[in-house]
Amino acid sequence: MASTVLCSIVSAEEEIFSGQVEMVVATGTIGELGILPGHTPLLSGVKPGPVRLILEGGEEEIFFASGGYIEVQPTSITILADTALRADDLDEAAALESQKKAEQELIDQKSDVDFARVSSDLQEQAAMLRTIRKFRERKG
Amino acid sequence: MANAKELRKQIGSIKNTQKITSAMEMVAASKMRKAQERMARGRPYSEQIRSVISHVANASPEYHHEFMVEREVNRIGYIVVTTDKGLCGGLNINLLKATVMDIKKWVDQDIEVDLCLIGHKGVQFFRSYGGNVVAASSHVSETPAISDLIGSIKVMLDAFEEGNVDKIFLANNVFVNTMTQMPTINQLVPLDPVDEASLKHRWDYIYEPDARQLIEGLITRFLESQVYQAVVENVACEQAAKMIAMKSATDNAGDLIDELELIMNNARQAAITQELSEIAGGAAAV
Repeated sequence: MASTVLCSIVSAEEEIFSGQVEMVVATGTIGELGILPGHTPLLSGVKPGPVRLILEGGEEEIFFASGGYIEVQPTSITILADTALRADDLDEAAALESQKKAEQELIDQKSDVDFARVSSDLQEQAAMLRTIRKFRERKG
Repeated sequence: MANAKELRKQIGSIKNTQKITSAMEMVAASKMRKAQERMARGRPYSEQIRSVISHVANASPEYHHEFMVEREVNRIGYIVVTTDKGLCGGLNINLLKATVMDIKKWVDQDIEVDLCLIGHKGVQFFRSYGGNVVAASSHVSETPAISDLIGSIKVMLDAFEEGNVDKIFLANNVFVNTMTQMPTINQLVPLDPVDEASLKHRWDYIYEPDARQLIEGLITRFLESQVYQAVVENVACEQAAKMIAMKSATDNAGDLIDELELIMNNARQAAITQELSEIAGGAAAV
């Protein structure tokens, strides 16, 4: 069996990554997915969270996807992200800031606050922070 | 022999026109760069989602979305993307010509055609050409938002869901390079499965969590991204075509000025020669 598989991550704005990988770890709608070459066809939603790629030779790269879809074919993996970022580009301070803001909005409970929107904001920020931590851990 | 004063006036007015066209050329060139970047960034997503969708159409899914089912064709819809403004060479005409030829093919088979138009030029054209326009939106900005477009598209998709339209095509210009823009007509729904030998056997995806929800979401995304990409690509085509058209207009104005200047100089020389010979003749007579 082939030891690598072609993986591409695209967001609506740009192509983030395209190349051969040994394994993809993504956050699916119902849990974490680890995908190796030769996987059976799979179609799943992606929740906001880190996407980890193990490149040829064992090197690792981490991305952040804010939701979207993942399609797996035995010879290719495609992640269609709503927005995606390289983990290095994530801004921890900004993420913390907007998390706080979202929490504050929830506490204030102003009548015009859209609860669903704020809580999904909150989830996204939390996922972003998770990605940053993971990235740090690995680096440190 | 032409009057020198008249010629000078003509040259002046051509020079003014040349200034305008060369300014328009530069504006189009700078806009084109931005439009091209926007188009290039969106392309991978729309291509990838197209291939995913065609895989899905090839699978034998447990759930069949109505956008995936081929049915007998009684009426078809076209979504035609044109520019809002003119002065961009044959861009719109080429696309409209290709579209009209395609439509004629269906009309010959006694199939009726509905039109959904994006862009003012298309609206103008079909107003005089005739055709059943069900939705039109013009003055889409150069940085279109999906929400601006989805309204008029929705009319078409609703008609498809209700069974009034059995096929929808998307006609737009594809940007090949600055010199070449290609009119293309693609089938949007029902989804078009690819001919790929490796995908021919019967298979299906594992769906997480639920096939229906996933496929519905994916198809919505797909349609949005295809139409959005078509519009963005059309903007890039418009600016490129405009730049080329204005460049050739500027060049032509230059040629015209050269020609007129030559005629004017001839006329001036002739006048001087005539005056000289008159003076010489007059002196000899005295």
